[in-house]
Amino acid sequence: MDDEGAGVAEAPARSRPEAIRAVPVRHPGRWVSGAIVLVVAAQLIHWFVTNKELKLGTVRHYLFDHSILVGVGVTLELTAVAMIMGVIIGVVLAVMRLSRNPIVAGGSWLYVWFFRGTPVLVQLLFWYNLPTVARSLSLGIPFGPSWLPQNPKDLITAFIAACLGLGLNEGAYMAEIVRAGILSVDEGQVEAASALGMPRLLSMRRIVLPQAMRVIIPPTGNETISMLKTTSLASVIAFPELLYTAQIIYSRTYETIPLLLTASIWYLFMTSVLSVGQYYLERRFARGALRELPPTPGQRIRRWVALRRGRALT
Amino acid sequence: MSEPTEAQAAVRPMVHSEGVEKWFGRLQVLQGIDLQVKPREVFCIIGPSGSGKSTFLRCINHLEKVDAGRLTVDGQLVGYQERGGRLHELPDKEVCRRREEIGMVFQRFNLFPHMTALGNVMEAPLRLKDENKAAVRERATALLRRVGLSDKLNVYPTQLSGGQQQRVAIARALAMQPKLMLFDEPTSALDPELVGEVLEVMRGLAEDGMTMIVVTHEMGFAREVGDALVFMDQGQVVETGSPRDVISDPQHERTRSFLSKVL
Ligand SMILES: Nc1ncnc2c1ncn2[C@@H]1O[C@H](COP(=O)(O)OP(=O)(O)OP(=O)(O)O)[C@@H](O)[C@H]1O
Ligand SMILES: [Mg+2]
Repeated sequence: MDDEGAGVAEAPARSRPEAIRAVPVRHPGRWVSGAIVLVVAAQLIHWFVTNKELKLGTVRHYLFDHSILVGVGVTLELTAVAMIMGVIIGVVLAVMRLSRNPIVAGGSWLYVWFFRGTPVLVQLLFWYNLPTVARSLSLGIPFGPSWLPQNPKDLITAFIAACLGLGLNEGAYMAEIVRAGILSVDEGQVEAASALGMPRLLSMRRIVLPQAMRVIIPPTGNETISMLKTTSLASVIAFPELLYTAQIIYSRTYETIPLLLTASIWYLFMTSVLSVGQYYLERRFARGALRELPPTPGQRIRRWVALRRGRALT
Repeated sequence: MSEPTEAQAAVRPMVHSEGVEKWFGRLQVLQGIDLQVKPREVFCIIGPSGSGKSTFLRCINHLEKVDAGRLTVDGQLVGYQERGGRLHELPDKEVCRRREEIGMVFQRFNLFPHMTALGNVMEAPLRLKDENKAAVRERATALLRRVGLSDKLNVYPTQLSGGQQQRVAIARALAMQPKLMLFDEPTSALDPELVGEVLEVMRGLAEDGMTMIVVTHEMGFAREVGDALVFMDQGQVVETGSPRDVISDPQHERTRSFLSKVL
């Protein structure tokens, strides 16, 4: 306990403790390793800029070339369609997997087993080449007869094959993500819904899935970023996304490396933008789970600037 | 089956349990429960942890399946129907419909965290009853006012105290206009100073004539509000009677030793 008299006497001194000005510990190891990294990076950049073979001028020329820009758009479109398919199929499969009907649950398991157990590239080729078989077998496909192409190299065929190949495959991965999300929801929630008389599917839709979102959203962002790159596989079925567009150009001009660089720059740009979006999405869905969110880079910079300014003033 | 006469209907118990048994694998959790809950009665269940109180409550709205014996709610067999002298399992739809008439309140509230207090109360009637939204909203608002939360309509559960959450949960159950309310230790997860406000709401419900089965450790509430009380131990009803008698003058050794620990 404080002696009152002393407390009053000490009050001014205590209200403003002296700021600590200590000599920081030196870390020579950090300086050495940092220097090595810098030297290697500088060499790489030097090689990159001075290398005549890379033809950076060509890269600059094609970066905003019309057909490349169209390829970028097509890549984004394919990513969006495949992900939407994946999410819808994933939700359906996850709900099926948790069904009490063993045949329904088994069907979901079989789907995931098949699509995760075979390479996407094989699946893409499979869907692309299916029409030739389908026509000779005259298989009734739900998309209708007009879907069966006169010419297998039709754009629409490649697009549908790409969507099927990537979307159906993604559905298998999304199913596991959605299932994990559903299982993360407290059992008491389903119990409360059941006790109110809500049927299983209704409580799944209204009570469980909305709460599962917090667990589902972050890995779905990762899947989207990964899908953006995976769309380049559709080049093997001559679908004109970004990579295939670049390939068409360099098969004509033989500027292979510059065009691959051009495509890479665009892929890097798009994945970076998605990563930033992903960061903010995760923050948003962490709400309610974390008491205090870590600061965003923007907030961090502003805080740092404010701190500097404060120091400069004193 | 003959129609019950007027006299029989008047005394028909709300819940009638005859020799109800429940097994979890090789563990027998209920070993022949016999009891009757009359309409408008507040029926309290006490007993040590693991004695099967929650399991019995969950049998009443068919969250658990009864393995043997006969359990009826308002004269209707729970989970089954009798046709041609045989029992047939009820279809899910019918099970859900019957649950609508039985409200349940949980120890851990189990409010829907992504909905406001009003949203929690409106959700089930909005989806399950043939009423328009305005009518449901009006009833939900009235119910929240009744449990003393008219200023918390648009607040999410995490922003409410435990006592307030439990009162929302009671309003949520009442929104389906049940004829029977089941309470499973509704105040056990609450800080002591919040217990009173929840018990007060339950007392009001009892005064309005709601039939209630209450699993509780609140002996004061059982004594003052309860009409009947059973002491359960190891899946059996050990002792039953009026709350005053059982609490002040227990007849069985097991009841005595349990009461000496909780009082
Ligand atoms: N789903 C289940 N599977 C297996 N065993 C269970 C299950 N639910 C309950 N039990 C067991 O049944 C017994 C009775 O449980 P119950 O929850 O009904 O007890 P209780 O009287 O409500 O206890 P408490 O006061 O702790 O809530 C316990 O031994 C418990 O372990
Ligand atoms: Mg219990």
